Amino acid sequence: MRITILVFAKLRDLVGAPRLDRDVAAGSSVEDVWQSLAGEFPAAAPYRAALSAAVNAGYAKFSTPVAEGDEVAFLPPVSGG
Amino acid sequence: MEHAGFSPRGDQRPLPGPGWYTGMLPAMQIPLLSVTADPLDVEAMVRRVEDESGAGRHGAVAVFIGTVRGENLGRRVVRLHYEAYEPLAIAALGIIAAEAGGWWPGARLAIRHRVGPVAVGEASIVIAAASAHRAEAFQACRYAIERVKQIVPIWKRETFDGGEEWIEGAAADPSDAAARQAAYERACG
Repeated sequence: MRITILVFAKLRDLVGAPRLDRDVAAGSSVEDVWQSLAGEFPAAAPYRAALSAAVNAGYAKFSTPVAEGDEVAFLPPVSGG
Repeated sequence: MEHAGFSPRGDQRPLPGPGWYTGMLPAMQIPLLSVTADPLDVEAMVRRVEDESGAGRHGAVAVFIGTVRGENLGRRVVRLHYEAYEPLAIAALGIIAAEAGGWWPGARLAIRHRVGPVAVGEASIVIAAASAHRAEAFQACRYAIERVKQIVPIWKRETFDGGEEWIEGAAADPSDAAARQAAYERACG
């Protein structure tokens, strides 16, 4: 399935781009997408402990399944306000 | 006799620039919950939340302004740069407003966060809360800033003497009941 990955802040610096189009296996979860990204960009891997995720601009758990065309965002710890 | 583009005295004055008329627009022009690259207008936020509350319904408006400090962690701050995942940030502000609506049903909240570069001394966030009485206004306002810091997908990058660094705070989880309770307790002090 073709999906889009969005990364922000320090994660974007580590990955080198704000959005990536990637193919993932049917039945993949948010966790699977992350593992694939961390495999491609090992410097990002330590972020897993404090990471949040969203699918199509809605907060998601790492167990949330992803579908064709989904936008999966990985959010480092936030610092707004 | 007046000529178009000239004052009656005959001297030529340039027409006002495009920013001139924005102060004349009704307060409904600003969304209740928003993210913007423009400088924040506190008066406009007060008018906006008052409009939302309805004329004469509120006896109190409490305002929080978050501003950029010139020093952090012992280093001199040059500027901040804020970045947002905008659609989720707006959704998160909606979650916060709905939560506040549960705790303080008569209160109304307006929240506006700035993105892009923000200079020392400038406002990065304005929150205005209107309610019938002052206790609810203060509490809802405080609750909102505590929750913004916990869950809204906005990040600041600090440029300081000697470098720059993304600041990392809370792992955003709107379903974290303990965090929500902590924010409520801080608000009710």
